[in-house]
Amino acid sequence: MSEHLPELIAPEPPSVLDELPGDLMMWVLIVSELLVFGAGLAAFLGARIFDPEGFAAAQDALHRTGAGINTLVLVTSGFFAALGVRMAEAGRKAATRGWLAAASALGVVFLIVKFVEYADKARHGIGIETHPFYTFYYLLTGFHAAHVVAGIVILGLVSIRCVPRTVEVGAAFWHMVDLVWVLLFPVIYLLR
Amino acid sequence: MKYQSQKVALIYMLTALALFAVQVTMGLVIGWIYVDPNFLSELLPFNIARMLHTNSLVVWLITGFFGAAYFLVPEEAERELHSVKLAYIQLAILVLGTAGVVVTYLFNLFEGNFLLGKEGREFLEQPLWVKAGIVVAALIFLFNITMTVLKGRKTAITNILLLGLWGLALLFLFAFYNPGNLALDKQYWWYVVHLWVEGVWELIMASILAYLMLKLTGVDREIVEKWLYVIVAAALFSGILGTGHHYYWIGTPGYWQWIGSIFSSLEVIPFFAMMAFAFVMVWKGRRDHPNKAALLWSLGCATLAFFGAGVWGFLHTLHGVNYYTHGTQITAAHGHLAFFGAYVALNLAIMSYAMPILKGRDPYNQVLNMASFWLMSGGMVFMTFTLTFAGTVQTHLQRVMGEYFMDVQEQLWVFYVMRFGSGVAVVLGCLLFIYALLAPRKEIIAQGVAAE
Repeated sequence: MSEHLPELIAPEPPSVLDELPGDLMMWVLIVSELLVFGAGLAAFLGARIFDPEGFAAAQDALHRTGAGINTLVLVTSGFFAALGVRMAEAGRKAATRGWLAAASALGVVFLIVKFVEYADKARHGIGIETHPFYTFYYLLTGFHAAHVVAGIVILGLVSIRCVPRTVEVGAAFWHMVDLVWVLLFPVIYLLR
Repeated sequence: MKYQSQKVALIYMLTALALFAVQVTMGLVIGWIYVDPNFLSELLPFNIARMLHTNSLVVWLITGFFGAAYFLVPEEAERELHSVKLAYIQLAILVLGTAGVVVTYLFNLFEGNFLLGKEGREFLEQPLWVKAGIVVAALIFLFNITMTVLKGRKTAITNILLLGLWGLALLFLFAFYNPGNLALDKQYWWYVVHLWVEGVWELIMASILAYLMLKLTGVDREIVEKWLYVIVAAALFSGILGTGHHYYWIGTPGYWQWIGSIFSSLEVIPFFAMMAFAFVMVWKGRRDHPNKAALLWSLGCATLAFFGAGVWGFLHTLHGVNYYTHGTQITAAHGHLAFFGAYVALNLAIMSYAMPILKGRDPYNQVLNMASFWLMSGGMVFMTFTLTFAGTVQTHLQRVMGEYFMDVQEQLWVFYVMRFGSGVAVVLGCLLFIYALLAPRKEIIAQGVAAE
């Protein structure tokens, strides 16, 4: 079988993809996530064109302060995760685990604030079908919250072996979660 | 052929080819019914012929997948199949079930009987006993293949193939759950239909394509595997929630319109990646493999899958568009090119590659095989354009202007005539393909290298 002629094939030159920190598959996931959230935000803005007053009125029922606090919480936790990566690269496992745990703890704080927000909406009878604004609100922030949960799990998993490469992979995911929130917050909560 | 047990693939592929001929012949019959609606109306009503057309398609594609798995798994795992006998028993069950289905449909036997009569869900019309047989056959297959892989070398190709085949079998279990509520019925029905063709079948497709690229182009396994993982990740990421694009108008909540639109739009990515993968591998590969027909089918598969499944799928996947086009000939256009490109061409590619090896001879009749590719693909592409134009006209007249369904159908007649013509080309191409593979004529294209 001609398969056994590997000497015919020149060695592969190194690809730029090899220079990515962490793992290629994580970057595939991150790009996919950004496409989904980007498309969701674009659709939100598109739907808003047809009903600007309705969207503005619906937006007024949101907790801007709570979401603002959550932004600070998540950005800070991103900083902690970055410190975790630095510690991992320095070979300090205990410090790495500590910073990753701190990042996860702030993730939990984020989820608690989010839960309070959802509970308040539910008390006022606001559901996903109440208004197109809330369909997007629940879909986008709900999907994002699910990613925070997934991120906490991932940070926990990479803490087990705690080697620089996997910590980098976990932190990359966490930064994506962070980035998505920083995009969602102004568009959903603040944009008038 | 490195391993004797690979030989079981041959009978699977021959069975698949026979059913392929039945499928396209039925297609020709219903294509003519569109032109002359009373044709065979007493003997073979349209709904029965359509059932045979779609059911035999699915059965022959899956039989082909089984054959492909039996062919490539021993080579990848570097050992004989766990059991050749089980493989033959599995095929016997499948053939018996298929024969039972055809007879039950044609003569409407045991109408209403819960075990023996046909069930009413589109594509899942098989009587319960056949469904049970399918599960038994699938279990035998999975046991056989999984044992082979577990005892042998594990590669990304066999891992992804197994993941796809296990998913295929497990998702079929939803065929047994048929709630009385029509919305729920449809919701679970799509777990089989959508998560098959836009989920786990894509894994099977990607792994078989990767195997073909590895063999035909000689590119390093490491590079092929990297592509394979990216393609599979993209397919599952977009395809699973992409199910939402079937939940627009069946009674499920409105948010599915956005979930479905966004995720299913991304379904074009894995198909684009598969096309890019196939061409990049051919460019990178230095191997001049003598089986040019297999390479042509592989590249054609990736290309037509991108257009049929990717582009034509995207065409009507956004809910704002689908509101108008749902269930028109646009759907038929997409369905035909998607199935042909992604799964028919894939099966014909692996058959073109494997059959000469299984029969222990050079890849004969390369030119005839390649001619059948252009005849079939040309026919299918022409049919897709015809149906797309028909669907556009239909959407406007029926959904925008509000004309009656049958009045519109009458105005689409000329498109149906053209579609029948392209169907004739596809049937001729199918017969030519079968002849090219089976007829033992000598025709050496490249010198020297035996294809083993």
